[in-house]
Amino acid sequence: MTEKVMDQWSLVLPSTQPPLADRMTRDLGGIYTLWLRDVIRLWRDRIRLVGSFIQPLLFLFILGGGLSPRLGALGGARGGQSLGYQDFLFPGIVGMSVLFTASFAGVAIVWDREVGFLKEVLVAPLSRTAVVIGKILGGATNSVVQGSLILALMPLFHLHPHLGQIAGAFLVMILIGLTQTSVGILLGVRMTSSQGFMVLMNFIILPLFFLSGALYPLDRLPSWLSLASRLDPMTYGVDLLRHALTGIHYFSVATDLLTLGGFLLVISFLSVHLFNKTD
Amino acid sequence: MIQADDLIKIYKTRTGKRIAVNGVSFHVKEGEFFSFLGPNGAGKTTTIGMMVALLSPTSGRIKIDNLDVTKYPHEVRQRIGIIFQDPSLDDRLTAWENLEFHGRLYGIPGPARKKRSEFLMEVMGLSDRRHDLVRTFSGGMKRRLEIVRGLVHAPRLLILDEPTLGLDPHSRRNVWEYIHTVRKEVGMTVFLTTHYLEEADGSDRVAIINQGKIVALDSPERLKKSLGPEVLILKVQDKEAFRNYLFDCYPSITEAIREEEGGQLSFPMPQERAESPWEFLRSLPFPILEASIRRPNLDDVFIRYTGQGLADGGQGKNSGGDQ
Repeated sequence: MTEKVMDQWSLVLPSTQPPLADRMTRDLGGIYTLWLRDVIRLWRDRIRLVGSFIQPLLFLFILGGGLSPRLGALGGARGGQSLGYQDFLFPGIVGMSVLFTASFAGVAIVWDREVGFLKEVLVAPLSRTAVVIGKILGGATNSVVQGSLILALMPLFHLHPHLGQIAGAFLVMILIGLTQTSVGILLGVRMTSSQGFMVLMNFIILPLFFLSGALYPLDRLPSWLSLASRLDPMTYGVDLLRHALTGIHYFSVATDLLTLGGFLLVISFLSVHLFNKTD
Repeated sequence: MIQADDLIKIYKTRTGKRIAVNGVSFHVKEGEFFSFLGPNGAGKTTTIGMMVALLSPTSGRIKIDNLDVTKYPHEVRQRIGIIFQDPSLDDRLTAWENLEFHGRLYGIPGPARKKRSEFLMEVMGLSDRRHDLVRTFSGGMKRRLEIVRGLVHAPRLLILDEPTLGLDPHSRRNVWEYIHTVRKEVGMTVFLTTHYLEEADGSDRVAIINQGKIVALDSPERLKKSLGPEVLILKVQDKEAFRNYLFDCYPSITEAIREEEGGQLSFPMPQERAESPWEFLRSLPFPILEASIRRPNLDDVFIRYTGQGLADGGQGKNSGGDQ
């Protein structure tokens, strides 16, 4: 056995910088590896998945169930049909579930720093850009899985999207997941304490959620609230989700996609930039 | 394998700047077992940071396997396996998953990854625990697993940064036995930092580092021999008078005089005197209450070159014995 291993031992190593294509392959492999680790950990911690299932249920059935009888049918400025409050709320809570999970996915990078594992990643022959992308993908996957658990409750509501619309909803969940994980990672890159991260995140996550229109229609808002909602990138994600699942929407698909996509690009670029400059 | 030339690393701090590494140069040959011996804060870990491109030198240059570290960081990292001072495993994953993760990050194809992991786990005595979560491992087992992991991508150079820090004496000995075994099996260059003398004693060459500078560099044997053949430990009535006498008559050993725990003074046999220790003792104008002789160890070498013991922490430059 020893001899065979020794044969493999002398690896042929490139002595100068390999061509760009090789470096890309190496980085892609690294991104996949980092993602895979997050998926394995997600699977191992599946109890936590169930645990974070509770909060959205409270919103859906207690807040939704409580308000539904008192509120009439809600419609969108552009959407044709009208819906009961609980059905209106449903896409917003799917969005919330993705938003919350993705936000705290950013803490993973802080945890890795705390337990020392980040160093193992940082001394690997891998660009920092690849590390950030891998972490974003891992966190987004986590949040999309969480969101899908809520989405699976759809038969309980009066929503009848066809398959294409459900596929659309998945794409939107991925987009929200990527965006919010990037926000989490941007905040986590320089942080050394996960407690500090949690406190900071709580400051950010609730305004993002409340302003996003997950809980109320965006037409006929007081002008200050309308403005604040328009400044919240999550608004466009929730709008897309609601559009896909119910047909109700307040912005055009193009506006939603461009705003959310643009925000994602800026934030992920900033994360990569900041991480590259961190020792 | 390693060529470091005049490395300097200056950190900016709030109060100004701190020189962590101050002009360090050393060359390590292929296959050599090379040690950095010095107290905490001497600049050992900073030097390693520059070797693996986590830190960029303020000035100076470092080459690994003839590659400039700053120019080819990833190519250099591919050639290095590193065991950090602090644990760096993912303890929510199994041992095997940690190895898989590492192998993939370094672009090692599946079959080679598997083969090497199995082989190294066998050598390090971890085979039967391969599918257990790392959080169930003892400190010593985690260290051994980290060594396995550091070797999965077949590095040419293994860096061990205080590999037995925080382990109990039994685990320390055990980890070292495994390190020697795997070195015999695989035969890579080893760069060790430590503040334990006995760990540095086993290496081919030792660089004694203090306050960011290499103060001596040679094989442990030669370093010890440079102190002369014997160290004397004497107990006298009037310690201070005796110390002053030695300062005046034997300037070559003034740096190396140390007070032992029992109040004795220990120092290498002065090389000004060619005769035997016995003759030397008789020449002293002091009544000797107690005398013993031993061979010099690396601690004596360290005291000789830095004016203090390793355990003293390596801050000031006064003699280390006034406990």
